[in-house]
Amino acid sequence: MQKSQIIRSEPDEHGHWGRFGGRYVPEILVAPLEELTEEFTRARQDNNFWRELNQLLRDYAGRPTPLFHARRLTAHAGGAQIYLKREDLLHTGAHKINNALGQALLARRMRKQRVIAETGAGQHGVATATVCALFGLRCVIYMGAEDVRRQALNVFRMRLLGAEVITVNAGTRTLKDAINEALRDWVTNVHDTYYLLGSALGPHPYPLMVREFQSVIGREAREQILSATGKLPRALIACVGGGSNAIGLFHPFIADERVRLIGVEAGGHGDSLGEHAARFHTGERSGGGCIGVLQGTMSYVLQDPNGQIATTHSISAGLDYSAIGPEHAFLHDNGRAEYISSSDSEALEGFELSARLEGIIPALETAHAILPAVRIARESTRDDAIIVNLSGRGDKDVQLIADLQR
Amino acid sequence: MSRIAETFAALKRLGRGGFIPFITAGDPDIATTELLLIELAAAGADIIELGVPFSDPVADGETIQRASERALRKGVTLRDVLTCVARAKQHIDVPIVLFSYFNPLLRFGEDRLANKAKEAGVDAVLVTDLIPEEAQTWIEILVQRDLEPIFLVAPTTSDQRLKEIARQARGFIYAVSRAGVTGTRDEMTGDAEALVKRVRSVSDLPVAVGFGISTAEQIRQVWHFAEAAVTGSAIVREIEKLAGSADLVDRIGEFARSLLAPKTNDSPQQGTLPSRAQH
Repeated sequence: MQKSQIIRSEPDEHGHWGRFGGRYVPEILVAPLEELTEEFTRARQDNNFWRELNQLLRDYAGRPTPLFHARRLTAHAGGAQIYLKREDLLHTGAHKINNALGQALLARRMRKQRVIAETGAGQHGVATATVCALFGLRCVIYMGAEDVRRQALNVFRMRLLGAEVITVNAGTRTLKDAINEALRDWVTNVHDTYYLLGSALGPHPYPLMVREFQSVIGREAREQILSATGKLPRALIACVGGGSNAIGLFHPFIADERVRLIGVEAGGHGDSLGEHAARFHTGERSGGGCIGVLQGTMSYVLQDPNGQIATTHSISAGLDYSAIGPEHAFLHDNGRAEYISSSDSEALEGFELSARLEGIIPALETAHAILPAVRIARESTRDDAIIVNLSGRGDKDVQLIADLQR
Repeated sequence: MSRIAETFAALKRLGRGGFIPFITAGDPDIATTELLLIELAAAGADIIELGVPFSDPVADGETIQRASERALRKGVTLRDVLTCVARAKQHIDVPIVLFSYFNPLLRFGEDRLANKAKEAGVDAVLVTDLIPEEAQTWIEILVQRDLEPIFLVAPTTSDQRLKEIARQARGFIYAVSRAGVTGTRDEMTGDAEALVKRVRSVSDLPVAVGFGISTAEQIRQVWHFAEAAVTGSAIVREIEKLAGSADLVDRIGEFARSLLAPKTNDSPQQGTLPSRAQH
């Protein structure tokens, strides 16, 4: 693929990266989105805001997270040095807390007393419930019934933290339907409610804002790898559902053209539409490669020939989503980032590899990035380094794995 | 003058408010939708809004969500919806507003959709999740074919945007009565009237009020301050209740008539309602 000379990836003032992104919402949401954009823009230029956020990230969430040299995984691959960015060590166990803290500070600035959020794997729900407890805000989490079933531990955690968890039985009963319900709640309660969206998707300003709050991952990783190896890595690898952990790692490296940016989608258990969540999957049967509008943003969307949103499948709830964040669509189309997929069974293999070789049990979402990392390391020389975003820990998935092994 | 403009002009001459029922195409099935369009026209609908079913209707409450699901389970597509309009239009000339989310239209192809919709006799298109800021190409495509883009305004819409929306809109302006999704409500708030007043200050277009208008009383309330009232969920709920009954179409016609001219209501509006058969 011919690479364009992308040195920056910034949306226009209405949140468009090229044709992607924007604001495709019912009229009633325009005012709260504009209010949010204004507040975010102000906060972004306010040193006090960043000072407070950085202090919380350090003292409450546990930043900076280590960049760990995974020697046994490296030896197993037999190529480039593999480094793991340990977002799994953060409070609540995943990168989601970076964004939740940032947005909770915004909610407080906007004097909203009630916070709503969607969750797939439950990691964003737990992060949101956590920051709401910290700031004394009411918290309502929408979660698809299928996800409630497969991520029962996180449902319990959210309730312990004082959140109300609402099970969504509509549609495919996964992340997409949880977002629909959260949006419906928001249009009904716009005056006192803050919608704390968890991924780099949805209408402007969310994709930009979530990326800004997650970019701390890449900024730290860049410094850490330079100090560890004296040079930039050959590649960055991260799983992509909506795409917040990936864009958070990638973004500070966008101008470093020699660094490959590799997103790993959920390949599920087959190539046909409905069997995977690989939005960039090409081919007739897969339904991949279709630009569309879902939940407020224009991006690649898995859909049937009539424009109905397709069901998706992934063993991991957090990647089980029909659309991808608009900035990823932009980076895909201009060739700056590459997107591949790992199947359910490859994810399970990666899960085991990480556990056995490094003593790190990753989230099933994260586990999708492990085998591709090994492959890419193998294709590179020992002098090179690659960074895998270890976006979350796998405690929540242990029961599911146990059931599979039974 | 467009059919919609003619309709509002006629309403003004007659001194009465307009009635705009909404139904979801393909609920309970597409053949019945065709009959329902004809029946609603006969019952006195001034304009009909026809919903295109979508898998992820974020602006809709449970009633219309379920209608969409029923239609999609029957495999109803946008092409079917347009065919249905074309067939119904051989019997009626009530203006039809296609009411859709953006993705099915995008997938169908915006130009192709506009051509086919025009051929079918669609008069206007309202896209729930397309605000004017994102709709420049879309508006041009519609206007080139004499199709009218209808836009929503909400109580949360700022005066500045209201002005901009009014500049882009054709046909009429659809005022959302209150914050929330579609669905019936027991009472109306003052939000709707205040919003319509704000629209008046920036536009001469007629205003239709919708979301939560479910009774004859509420429709009359709306007529005091707006040109037309939209009733959706209340009708869709009746269709759901009547699923499977042989006289569904007749009974929806009766229901629509009861919304327009309740037997117990002796308001002067009743006497001024012309029979649609004479048109």
